[in-house]
Amino acid sequence: MSIVTVQLGQCGNQIGFEVFDALLHDSHNSQGLCSKRENEAYQASCKERFFSEEENGVPVARAVLIDMEPKVINQTLSKAAQSGRWKYGQHACFCQKQGSGNNWAYGYSVHGPKHEESIMNLIQKEVEKCDSLSGFFIIMSMAGGTGSGIGAFVTQNLQDQFSNSLKMNQIIWPYGTGEVIVQNYNSILTLSHLYRSSDALLVHENDTVHKICAKLMNIKQISFSDINQVLAHQLGSVFQPTYSAEGPFHYRRNPLGDLMENLVPHPEFKMLGIRNIPQMSEKSLAYSTFTWAGLLKHLRQMLISNAKMEEGIDWQVQPPLSGLPPLGKVSLNKELRFNTSIANLVILRGKDVQSADLEGFKDPALYTSWLQPVNAFNVWKTQRAFRKYEKSAALVSNSQFLIKPLDMIVGKAWNMFASKAYIHQYTKFGIEEEDFLASFTLLEQVVASYRNL
Amino acid sequence: MTQSVVVQVGQCGNQIGCCFWDLALGEHAAVNQKGIYDEAISSFFRNVDTRVDGDGGNISKGKICSLKARAVLIDMEEGVVNEILQGPLRDVFDSKQLITDISGSGNNWAVGHKVFGRLYQDQILEKLRKSAEHCDCLQCFFVIHSMGGGTGSGLGTFLLKMLEDEFPEVYRFVTSIYPSHEDDVITSPYNSILAMKELNEHADCVLPIDNQSLFDIISKIDLMVNSGKLGTTVKPKSLVTSSAGALKKRCKKPFDAMNNIVANLLLNLTSSARFEGSLNMDLNEISMNLVPFPQLHYLVSSLTPLYTLADVSIPPRRLDQMFSDAFSKDHQLIQADPKHSLYLACALMVRGNVQISDLRRNIERLKPSLQFVSWNQEGWKTSLCSVPPVGHSHSLLALANNTCVKPAFMDLRERFMRLYKKKAHLHHYLQVEGMEESSFSEAVSSLSALIQEYSQLDATRSLPMPDFPRLSIAV
Repeated sequence: MSIVTVQLGQCGNQIGFEVFDALLHDSHNSQGLCSKRENEAYQASCKERFFSEEENGVPVARAVLIDMEPKVINQTLSKAAQSGRWKYGQHACFCQKQGSGNNWAYGYSVHGPKHEESIMNLIQKEVEKCDSLSGFFIIMSMAGGTGSGIGAFVTQNLQDQFSNSLKMNQIIWPYGTGEVIVQNYNSILTLSHLYRSSDALLVHENDTVHKICAKLMNIKQISFSDINQVLAHQLGSVFQPTYSAEGPFHYRRNPLGDLMENLVPHPEFKMLGIRNIPQMSEKSLAYSTFTWAGLLKHLRQMLISNAKMEEGIDWQVQPPLSGLPPLGKVSLNKELRFNTSIANLVILRGKDVQSADLEGFKDPALYTSWLQPVNAFNVWKTQRAFRKYEKSAALVSNSQFLIKPLDMIVGKAWNMFASKAYIHQYTKFGIEEEDFLASFTLLEQVVASYRNL
Repeated sequence: MTQSVVVQVGQCGNQIGCCFWDLALGEHAAVNQKGIYDEAISSFFRNVDTRVDGDGGNISKGKICSLKARAVLIDMEEGVVNEILQGPLRDVFDSKQLITDISGSGNNWAVGHKVFGRLYQDQILEKLRKSAEHCDCLQCFFVIHSMGGGTGSGLGTFLLKMLEDEFPEVYRFVTSIYPSHEDDVITSPYNSILAMKELNEHADCVLPIDNQSLFDIISKIDLMVNSGKLGTTVKPKSLVTSSAGALKKRCKKPFDAMNNIVANLLLNLTSSARFEGSLNMDLNEISMNLVPFPQLHYLVSSLTPLYTLADVSIPPRRLDQMFSDAFSKDHQLIQADPKHSLYLACALMVRGNVQISDLRRNIERLKPSLQFVSWNQEGWKTSLCSVPPVGHSHSLLALANNTCVKPAFMDLRERFMRLYKKKAHLHHYLQVEGMEESSFSEAVSSLSALIQEYSQLDATRSLPMPDFPRLSIAV
């Protein structure tokens, strides 16, 4: 089954490019430490999911590019074409002349309805190229105007028009210290709308990825390109084909469906995060060897101590002893030390993957009481290695990890809202104070729900 | 991509405008090696086939034939505009986009606004409509004028209302040159305050600049060059010289170097909208992020670097120095001290080979020494444009919405009141049809209300950070 990717705004398009590039690179540029036949099956599966075929053999990304101004799309198209290995469809873009001005209201209420028909037609065309559709992967930022506003609008439309297909939104959480001054407003409006219309929100925080680049990848002068490449790596490690129950040569057919089934058991809890291990510059890779036991031990601790990367993990945090309430619940302190999960999915790729022992993840203490570990935890093991990593593990988790960032954004937005600053820019385009209040209410509810796990 | 139209009014406005077009041509020539008319150039220039009679057919693609500035030139005297039309830029301007008169406004806002406004209303509207028609997607009008005189101040602000009525969706960015203390026009406080009322009501964003600051900047550079500290390491093509002259040749036009600074300001402001970068910032984002309340739309600007050193490979320390300079008093284009006042919002527009980590490092470094209003503690808007300005490897334009403009406005009001109390020169204004004493009192009230707003925000500085209780959810 195929996934149609919708790239929105500058951020969405820049990241989308890196994702397709990473997927194809992994698919074609390594043997994957497995047999030729195995590798070919992998490539075919990857292709079916993300690329369609063109006459001259160059794979065409199953993607729709949307932006309200032309510069970024033009750049993205030419970068893809330059690589020679893949490209975007010629008519897969929708572009206007004037951007959304970092204004969610403008994106949602003006651009969205104005271009609804053209955008949905474009998506429809891309869907028709698929033999069978697993769903939509929508890449957008929260801080700006196009990705956030039009992203919210399009997701709603997808819910109406393709009610049987799944939608996963890849959301970029902006840096805490402004990229955009009104980013908190744009973020709460986006999140509250997406919570109603999307099936899952996969969150990547700029601050986190930035730290990974600085500490793990050792990049001195970090550019957005670097950040996007790390992000693409994380996404690739999740979305590349994985074995189905039948084992080698048989890959899972419905990537989005399987992810949702495992990770979103309840519509109140939709926020997902990815953690990867190992993550390092390719130069250092050559000198490192890993064991599954070591990798999984770190990954587990990253999960329960809410560490975002493999450095600086707090080993003091332990799951609560059974019978006693977890430390986090008793204290009213907002700093939860132990990260309770709703559901976890571990994806392992590489050598000797069958020998990896995941008992540590099945401990009921890690999870909420209303789901048994057998339902809350899943693992997908695939022999075929990912990129240059002999062994790599990805953890997709629905847990309390986003409480603090979410709480912070809601807090800052509320503070600004109380002073009424910038509100006139939104009411100008039909987003009233009631809409803001509705968003605040919904998000406070989400924070409370997660906190009370 | 969008287009912008520059409306240059009065002597000052046209002189600055002329420098701007010179630099804009230079910048695009440096970037556009193949001579193809692309979207970046089309933001400020039309591509015209001069062989076609009449208007000159617009050529939208292909090789550059003849570039015409998207500009409307207005002056009530002929001298400056004539000089432009005889100078090296004569072919850049469309002769039909000019409006001139002979007599001038006599440094009288009322003459500029009421007399000439009424007289030339239709003509101005026609030229503006024409220039808008030539645009695929018009985003912004840049009005350049001075506040202290008669034409720029009076007629310049008259057409602001016209722009608002006729083109309500198009942004109005106004670059206003405020009179300094040593201004030789006695009635400049009258003209400025009368003009400010219009700016308060009809401009989306105002970039106030004063001659004194520009003069100080030029003097400092001169000092550095002459003292031999930099010596021959100052490149001939630096930010403050036009492509036509070197730093020392200032005999021809005394304001040339100062005007170039303002022209560079406008170029850098629009660079992220014209050229590519990893974090773009369009013009509509400036207003969105920097104007928290409609009346508070005065932005203090600072530009670095102001001169180039021959040293091409800039070590990171220099890069950080660029950020520090942007917040120093010496680089502000208005006599103000933002560091010791309250920031409402701040935008950093970076050009050149600067990455997000450099930007973040410097924001972290500078944040502790700057005071932001309580509801906008992280009030930073940033942009990264890959194309540096000509002759530099990178540059930074900082736009701040800061209460430091209050003293400048209060000073202006002081100077106004000194004249007004004695009714000095008032008759020159009142004898113009449509002008009454109430025009003056209304203008001063408008300014006082604005000052009051800034004062209220300043007052919050000493208060502890307010804690607004969040919505509590029943679980």
